[in-house]
Amino acid sequence: MTTLQLKNIVKRYKSQTVLDDLTLDVADGERLVLFGPSGAGKTVLLRLVAGVIEPDEGRVLIGGEDMTDVDAEHRGVGMAFQNFALFPHMSAFDNIASPLTATKSPKEKIAAGVQKVAKLLKIDHVLSHHPKALSNGQKQRTALARALVGSPPLLLLDDPLRNVDAKLRFEMRLELPRLLAAEGATVVYVTQDYKEAMALGDRIAVMAAGRIRQVGTPQEIYNAPADIEIARLFGDPTINLLDVTPQRGGEGVFVELSNVRVRLADYGGDVVGRQRVLGLRPETISFVDAAAPGAIPVTVEAETPLNEKTVTLALTARGREILVSRPAGTPGPIAGPAHIAVNGSQAFLFDKASGVLLPRADLAAKRNGEAA
Amino acid sequence: METMSPLERALRGLALTLVVVFFMFPIFWIFLMSFQTNETILAIPPSVIFTPTLSNYAALITGKLQTAAGTLDIAFMSNLGNSIFLSVASVAVSLVLGVPAAYAFARHKFRGSEDIAFTLLSFRFAPPLLVLLPLTQYFQWLGLSNTYFGLIWVYQLICLPLILWIVRGYFEDISADVEYAYRIAGHSWFATFRKIALPLAGPGIAAAGLLAFIFAWNNFVFALVLASADKQPVTVGALAFVTSSGIQYGQIAAAIVLSVTPTLALALYAQRYLVEGLSLGAVKG
Repeated sequence: MTTLQLKNIVKRYKSQTVLDDLTLDVADGERLVLFGPSGAGKTVLLRLVAGVIEPDEGRVLIGGEDMTDVDAEHRGVGMAFQNFALFPHMSAFDNIASPLTATKSPKEKIAAGVQKVAKLLKIDHVLSHHPKALSNGQKQRTALARALVGSPPLLLLDDPLRNVDAKLRFEMRLELPRLLAAEGATVVYVTQDYKEAMALGDRIAVMAAGRIRQVGTPQEIYNAPADIEIARLFGDPTINLLDVTPQRGGEGVFVELSNVRVRLADYGGDVVGRQRVLGLRPETISFVDAAAPGAIPVTVEAETPLNEKTVTLALTARGREILVSRPAGTPGPIAGPAHIAVNGSQAFLFDKASGVLLPRADLAAKRNGEAA
Repeated sequence: METMSPLERALRGLALTLVVVFFMFPIFWIFLMSFQTNETILAIPPSVIFTPTLSNYAALITGKLQTAAGTLDIAFMSNLGNSIFLSVASVAVSLVLGVPAAYAFARHKFRGSEDIAFTLLSFRFAPPLLVLLPLTQYFQWLGLSNTYFGLIWVYQLICLPLILWIVRGYFEDISADVEYAYRIAGHSWFATFRKIALPLAGPGIAAAGLLAFIFAWNNFVFALVLASADKQPVTVGALAFVTSSGIQYGQIAAAIVLSVTPTLALALYAQRYLVEGLSLGAVKG
């Protein structure tokens, strides 16, 4: 276990800035997920920590020690690559053993170490095979075993589940947390899959365009995305985003959807009267009777039954698309006119111009209360 | 596999036969000539029916050439030895210098690296005659003319760019991640070069070495000008068969057969690598 600190990291390729003044702290034993779309700079950041790429500016501290100018082989980190990066001319055994041979451990100790991690990852029966004779899943496990075998205090996993099939990915998503917890290492895990990020991370750092946009626990990011883009990245189906102009009435802040007032949570004074974006998670919308209070008339366009939920696409009177998600097996309209109700207290309000989440007065008050 | 009509197949066969005859006939004819005397070679009309003789080979191996004007000394066998020594040594030096350089050019883009690599390649563009006169002058000043050392040095103009550019393509083909993985596992860059890059680029290095060997073997003009008889390879040595009493066609043919055999055997043995190495090196920039 160790800590990782990145301080004001800048990395440029030619004129393009890939990492832009990036600062990040990872605590001892923490599992931090770097999440972001491709091209955000996640992989570059990971390589920079591993020491195979040098930053143009900034420092990399591992366990409090400045490692910025230390070669990769002396940093003592373990890394698994997205494309596995197995040594094609070596057997799985030699692949896994490579971090141990570097330390010149005795042969029996190396063999024991490899056997142990191979058994853990269920690849002990293919150790004599060369990578090209391994299935994709076995390759992925071999790469993971190679990263784990030396029990490195800092483990870097670059989207290790990207190139394996869906079934295996699901299995590994269940298996990995247990494995990593047993290992006890500090982990930086890169992924583009928000579910993976939420399943594996103690905290998630959302990256976009070379910057970290938000760091928080999975719940914090899901329940309070810092901006529209992050809100869009987390959640399946994606969040509904509607242009609105909030108003203030007797009972508080509200917006009008198809001439129906939807009361929102408590916001500060300057929220109203300007162009905002309302974010509605599909699961916070439900189908109701026409007579129900706050019922908004819609037309059901299409329905997609997924395994555990049913997603419905509905159109409002003004033709705005709204996705509604409900648990599978619950009743709902299939086509034609229907009514929805929106839970305004669970909605997000973003500024339209900057895309930034507007702070809720009630949550701020609560947080202040906790701090006091 | 596409299905072909009998006509297509026949035409294809015919075309292939024509190509093979076109390229193989000279070799076949030389091979026949090497077993004939000058008289049967020069007979008109030429005939493929003759009494084979080993006299040409015997003359080459003993080094005594019987001509109408008397016995001539022929240094063919020592020429052959020179060829082997010069080619092998040149390729060895080129590999020692070129493979690490190719790795550097493939992996480390430093200021001017492309320019240096291109300059080295440009040695292959320039006709040898262009540099021959100044080289002769330098070699005389430096005392390098008519030395193996000097010849091997000049042969680097032929071998080094070839090896550098072909092997560079192979190194670039190795995923950088594979090398990174080995570094992160705790191995030095040199260990990574030895244990990962070299084995993975092995076939390419072999192909490049082979090609360089063939080019070195075929070189004529450098050795002609920069070396005298005792250091000359077979390509130059063959000139000795043009004697005052006529051209010794039979011996020339036998000499050609002997001197072509090593490269032909090598090329046949490694043609798969060769094709791969050539196409890779050519496409990669």
